[in-house]
Amino acid sequence: MSRLAAIAEGFREFYYAPYRRTLARAQRDEEDLFMMLVMSEALGVPNPASYYTLELLPIVFENFHSWHRRMGMDRSPLDSISCC
Amino acid sequence: MNSVVLALIGIAMIIAGYLLYSKFLAKKVYSLDAGYKTPAHELADGVDYVPTNKYVLWGHHFTSVAGAAPIVGPAIAVIWGWLPALLWVTLGTIFFAGMHDLGALWASNRHKGQSIGTLAGRYIGGHGRNLFLVVIFLVLLMVNAAFAVVISGLLVSTPTAVIPAWGAVIVALLIGQAIYKLKWSLPIVSIVGVVALYALMLLGDAYPIVLPDTIMGLSAGAFWIVVLFIYAGIASLLPVWMLLQPRDYINGLQLFIALGILYTAIIISGPTMVAPAINHNVPDGTPSIIPLLFVTIACGAISGFHGIVASGTTAKQLDKETDARFVGYFGAVGEGLLALGTVIAVSSGFASLAAWEEIYSAFGEGGVGAFVSGGGAIVNQGLGIPEGLSGTILATMAVLFAATTMDTGIRLQRFVVSEMGQIAGIRLKPLAATLIVLVITVGLTFSAGADGSGGMLIWPLFGTTNQILAGLTLSIVAVMLIRKRRPVLPALIPLTFVLVMSVIALVVQMGQFYAAGNWLLLVLDVIILIAAVWVIIEAIGAMNRARRSGPLEDLPEDESADAAASDSATERR
Repeated sequence: MSRLAAIAEGFREFYYAPYRRTLARAQRDEEDLFMMLVMSEALGVPNPASYYTLELLPIVFENFHSWHRRMGMDRSPLDSISCC
Repeated sequence: MNSVVLALIGIAMIIAGYLLYSKFLAKKVYSLDAGYKTPAHELADGVDYVPTNKYVLWGHHFTSVAGAAPIVGPAIAVIWGWLPALLWVTLGTIFFAGMHDLGALWASNRHKGQSIGTLAGRYIGGHGRNLFLVVIFLVLLMVNAAFAVVISGLLVSTPTAVIPAWGAVIVALLIGQAIYKLKWSLPIVSIVGVVALYALMLLGDAYPIVLPDTIMGLSAGAFWIVVLFIYAGIASLLPVWMLLQPRDYINGLQLFIALGILYTAIIISGPTMVAPAINHNVPDGTPSIIPLLFVTIACGAISGFHGIVASGTTAKQLDKETDARFVGYFGAVGEGLLALGTVIAVSSGFASLAAWEEIYSAFGEGGVGAFVSGGGAIVNQGLGIPEGLSGTILATMAVLFAATTMDTGIRLQRFVVSEMGQIAGIRLKPLAATLIVLVITVGLTFSAGADGSGGMLIWPLFGTTNQILAGLTLSIVAVMLIRKRRPVLPALIPLTFVLVMSVIALVVQMGQFYAAGNWLLLVLDVIILIAAVWVIIEAIGAMNRARRSGPLEDLPEDESADAAASDSATERR
């Protein structure tokens, strides 16, 4: 890394580090809400956008396990997804 | 006496403290181990636990702990003369603050980055933890109330700081937008931001904003206090990326620049100390130097608030355990240097002893105003910057420090209130919790009259509360050291000293509040006194138990803590 890039990286770290946790949490909350929307149909909540969210299922599938645990469900609530 | 000599002696002492004493602490007392897997690596999640470069981490730790307190405290305490303040700042930084901050970082690092409050529960017992919550609530309350008064006082006494102080908010909002929405490169944004900040100072110097004597029935000072609370309330509710993050960042850069300006000016101009070394002619009503000196200068000598920061966020980002020496101890050194610069500025920045005595006409009168006028004169002599402009630079620096601490303080206090609400079974929305915080804090600020001076009256109580917090942290460190059969005197001596001084100060102040009929402060004083006595009793018990139990050197940290907890539980039964 050139010296200039290292300085830029130092500035970046100095800017982000104190708020990294807060921003990451906010992002995670947003993603949880998004996951909720995608999963709502499967969970029995009527969702007018189910046609589109169906296409998103494979993308969010990997994050499903950590999401349902954060939502307070120790085991997967869906028979179709047996992550744990 | 020439201030350069004193500055150099002070700096040499503090640096020697870092090179020698912190090395001893790191090796013999805390046994820092480069091979220990820190929580940042062990629990790395990209959110809370992130290994961070030690220089960056030091920057954050230092800017987080440095608020207005290392300026306000020493600027008031030189009323007893510059020598006691100078000695307490240097020796306090070396043997008290550095030891305490490094200890808090080490203790938290050895327990998965847990906070001092949680550790208090583990090592001292459940009461210790409850007490911690009470003390932290009071510290935040005092910081928010007192800083509002400090800022409003500066905005009234230095009207040239009004434009840069409020302009900095707009600069911060624009920086947030530039980084997140426009995706500008950060170094460019930083340079533009700093240039904009200094341009605002020039503008403010040219166009001072003086408010009329009364606005809507309020004095100018009280009006600024109300405006500040409205600002802090809104700022604490906005998303952090919009205002708080860029504001803290630009403020951090400004801190380094302003410290550089102040020390360069001191070294170039070499002003003579006009204040007496020891002031035998203190104004009427000035309390006794012992114990009040040791609670008036809290930040800059020893401060419990540092322990909260060290164990709250810093410990979770420590890359190597050996970095703790630089981040923790040198963080205290940074603040000590700020306090040292303040002592020199307020003792040498005046034309004569008579001018100095005029400023220090009563206890609490000097304060941050003396720092701005004294420091301004030194910057003028050293760097040739016009006196008005250099005063504006220092006033803006003090305002920015106090304001960033205040808006974060309101946010933190909102969390505490929400938590208390949860315990009581009430769900509080952020807006409701913020309103509760604002009502309590504004009520306290105006408790001593319509001028809002209540916030400053409680400043000596901030010192004592903060010192008690430091005592609590040191007692946890001491218990850990006793259990490990390590040298415990480096923790025990500062612990005993700060607790004895805080308790004497509380008793002295209690008499004063009673005589003045100030019931609110009397009640607060009694609460803090009970908390202090409680800490002492609990801590002595915990240390005795630790002394009697077997050494736990070989057990991993968590097991030894669990063993300690079960030991104390058994003993209680």
